Amino acid sequence: MWTEGLSKSYGSRTVLDIGRLELRRGEILAVMGPSGAGKTTLLRLLATLERPTSGVVRFGGLSWPDGRPSEGRSPSRPSEGRSPSRPPDGGHGGGELLAWRRRLAFVPQNPVLFTGTVRDNVALGLGFRAPRLGRDEVDRLVGATLERLGLGGLASARVGTLSAGEVERAALARALVTRPEVLLLDEPTANLDPWNVSVIEAALAAAAADPDRRPAVLLVTHNVFQAKRLGHRAALLVAGRIVEFGETRRIFENPSDPRTAAFVKGEMVC
Amino acid sequence: MVGSTPLTELGGIILLSLAVSGTAVLLSTAAGLPLGALLGLSRFPARPLVMRVVYTLMGLPPTVAGLVVYMVLTSQGGPLGSLNLLFTPAAMVIAQWVLVTPIIVGLVAVAVEDRDRRYRETATVLGATPWQTRWLILREARPAVFAAVATGLGRALAEVGAVVLVGGNIRYQTRVMTAAIMLETRRGNFGAALILGAVLLAIGFVLNSVVYRLSASGGRG
Repeated sequence: MWTEGLSKSYGSRTVLDIGRLELRRGEILAVMGPSGAGKTTLLRLLATLERPTSGVVRFGGLSWPDGRPSEGRSPSRPSEGRSPSRPPDGGHGGGELLAWRRRLAFVPQNPVLFTGTVRDNVALGLGFRAPRLGRDEVDRLVGATLERLGLGGLASARVGTLSAGEVERAALARALVTRPEVLLLDEPTANLDPWNVSVIEAALAAAAADPDRRPAVLLVTHNVFQAKRLGHRAALLVAGRIVEFGETRRIFENPSDPRTAAFVKGEMVC
Repeated sequence: MVGSTPLTELGGIILLSLAVSGTAVLLSTAAGLPLGALLGLSRFPARPLVMRVVYTLMGLPPTVAGLVVYMVLTSQGGPLGSLNLLFTPAAMVIAQWVLVTPIIVGLVAVAVEDRDRRYRETATVLGATPWQTRWLILREARPAVFAAVATGLGRALAEVGAVVLVGGNIRYQTRVMTAAIMLETRRGNFGAALILGAVLLAIGFVLNSVVYRLSASGGRG
């Protein structure tokens, strides 16, 4: 997945303007930055929850927001005009938009689980993407994913009884069980205790290293240590722009921008 | 006997009321749930106008609903006059369906719209089709949806204008509780009227208790 000339504005306020950014298979790209830098906006654009003001995202031969294959076949569906606060309706975008979404997974900040059990939630994405899978197979896949995230005994638990860490891990399980090609994560360990953080990070590292799937992972975090631990490459986003980008080790040891040097030291960056 | 009316007749009136209103609300729910979900979760230029029309229809006077259905079903020139449905329970069901459907559509639309947009977005990104998303949100809004249906049933049971206009208040055939109360009161048969009134109040109390409990639990959902 990559972006070309991607920008997002609300009225006269530009919140993101990043040109080209590339996600590579089997790699974790850590996107860091202060609050308000546009990190969440970037994720929402890649997940097609928001429409770019200009530029495109390309993925698997498709483009967003065109919703048509990059080869240039003309669309036969109505254009999607949506306000920023509404997700584009998949049905109107045609099969391409649905196909795009079913190949990626997005875990937002403070994810929500639907009323029901943990198992029902984790199996939800599988139900949409692989409806022909038998119940036994679904249970097996869900069970294995729950184990990886330390939720093995909670499959039958109602979501209303879960702690914050368990909710985050369940949402992550819901994403990982579908074995997406692209995994988008918005602060998955913010406000969690060290044990939850370690379980989640181990699961992410294992998912990225999946030799069969080799997903591209974009991890938004304001935890520089986490970025250093997990990211193969890293980017610093400030006021909607990429200030620094490259191999994680190089960025931390030899940043080329003074703002990067300040940020990785834990200083405020405006 | 209660006054000049046998208890069995009163029992029949109560059962007919429940059958007519229950059937009407069942059919209204079948139509109103998907329409309400569609309206609540869609955005299109005419939406504000459609919502205003729905809100207006929610307050449709029963006599107006009865009048419209009468004019459609009358054998003297009505487009569906050949069906001979006027002055039958079926006509009463139709009239109450006209009355209750906008209520369910409007309340369900508001209920799903009120649901945190993160539920919609989560469903969308998980790869749900638009109708799968609407179904998920409807399930999340279950308490409010049940409350909408209970409200519709209460409205149907309490109205008198529509059922009398299209039903004719015919003894043993189309006489429901509200119409019977009017008749018995005019006859001076207050005993029967009071019994029917008490039954109506009791049903209303039960329905409102259900709505209250469901709304309270919906707030915590």
